[in-house]
Amino acid sequence: MLIKSTNRSDSKESDVTDEKIYLNRREIVRNMGFLGAGTLLSTSAAASVFDLFGDDTPPALFKQTNLEFTPDKPFAEELTPEEKTITHNNFYEFGAQKHQPAELAQGFKVDPWQLKISGEVEKPFTLDYDDLYSSFDLEERIYRLRCVEAWSMVVPWIGFSLADLVKKAKPTSKAKYLAFETLYDPKQMPGQRNRRLGGGIDYPYLEGLRMDEAMNPLAIMSVGLYGKTLPPQNGAPIRLVVPWKYGFKSIKSVVGIKFVEKQPPTTWNILAANEYGFYANVNPDVDHPRWSQASERRITTGGIFAQNRIATLPFNGYGDQVAGLYKGMNLRKLY
Amino acid sequence: MAIAVSQKAIPYLKALVHITALYPLVNLYYQAISDRLGADPVEVVIHFTGIGALNLLLISLLISPAAKFFKIGALIQFRRMIGLYAFVYALCHILNFLSFEVQFDLQLFIDEVFERPYITVGMTAFLLLTALAVTSIAKIRRKMKKNWQTLHNFTYLIALLGVVHFYWSVKSEIIEPLIYVGLYAILMGFRHQKVQGWRKKRPQ
Repeated sequence: MLIKSTNRSDSKESDVTDEKIYLNRREIVRNMGFLGAGTLLSTSAAASVFDLFGDDTPPALFKQTNLEFTPDKPFAEELTPEEKTITHNNFYEFGAQKHQPAELAQGFKVDPWQLKISGEVEKPFTLDYDDLYSSFDLEERIYRLRCVEAWSMVVPWIGFSLADLVKKAKPTSKAKYLAFETLYDPKQMPGQRNRRLGGGIDYPYLEGLRMDEAMNPLAIMSVGLYGKTLPPQNGAPIRLVVPWKYGFKSIKSVVGIKFVEKQPPTTWNILAANEYGFYANVNPDVDHPRWSQASERRITTGGIFAQNRIATLPFNGYGDQVAGLYKGMNLRKLY
Repeated sequence: MAIAVSQKAIPYLKALVHITALYPLVNLYYQAISDRLGADPVEVVIHFTGIGALNLLLISLLISPAAKFFKIGALIQFRRMIGLYAFVYALCHILNFLSFEVQFDLQLFIDEVFERPYITVGMTAFLLLTALAVTSIAKIRRKMKKNWQTLHNFTYLIALLGVVHFYWSVKSEIIEPLIYVGLYAILMGFRHQKVQGWRKKRPQ
């Protein structure tokens, strides 16, 4: 009779860590919370002390390619350095802390991509990845970006006029609003898998514009910045940019634009309607309930002493071009 | 079994606590000044010192239950310094807000403190904490006699206000603040007898 003797050092099937758990080990440790010290852990200031659990091998950088476009006129205000624009992002799909998207989105796959234009239109169509760069004339637009959190940047976007896309779709008389939707792909977007990482918001992220806002020449669909295609943390491969509204309106990584009759639901408005309105026009006279919107910190070069607080302008300084859209509306109520 | 810590070791352990508390702060400002804290160092220094103050406050509340449970009497000798470091971090938190966020716009600073409930709550906690820090000086403590303990029981309120301030300050990321709510509840749970004692004393 064969007696199978096992050595103490032999592993049993039950001793083997499931591959899924093994592959996600860093995330699991991160998600344990560390008595809430997560914020401490993730700032680079503490990195040297707490590096034990950190992932110190950054994944390969997302590959950006150079774009051909019509350059914009020089802008009077100093541009935010590219390095800051691509490392300071609110894109909760890749983590709710601003440094996280640049770290967690580098493996994001944007090709193949499909942007579906649908709803109340005569000519619904789909833009595949290559179409995003070839269907419309690409031009540079240097815009101020004002976040609802009262900081701002100046970014040289590359994109095409949203109005051109609308015209191509030939909206019907019923089309009063545009409903935008971000990709929903929890496999690729860790914030959609994990409520803590994703800041507790429901996905997919939704935004909307009124038809006349979408037709305004300032509104663009951006596919690039600083001369190159968008990196994932800034909304690759295609995002909306509406510079007279708070940044959260400029939805990222868009997969759907649906023309609709009624005002569509929007993510931050669903979450806290008293704090974030559908219009979300930059307005120094209407404070966020928890902070002032009268001024902002402009992010440019330099360290902590170089932060410049400047007055916030109505419609982020684009009043001449857009104030007419809101004639007769009470912007204190319709914030 | 009680764990005895040699009195000789205490100064070395205290030095260790000083280094552990100060190093992150020094490193933080060094990186902030040399522009190595990402695109918006202002946000980082504000959050880091705020969370740091709250962590230290909760650690200070953990000391007496831990000393009792593990029977390490020497732990109590570290409570004051940890409480004072909570104050130092809170002071930095507010100075960061004043100097780097509102950039010495005093009118804006005052408006924000009075108009924004979460800042009002945070400032209330800071003023109370300042009172505790000042009265932690041994001479004053002796003069205050029994009143000292009454005043220093406010540390439970301060920690609660700190947790509320954190919860109220976030946009939607409530999980981390909720962890702090839980930790606070546990720390107060250790003291349920003391809290019930206050209730009974109150005239009906």
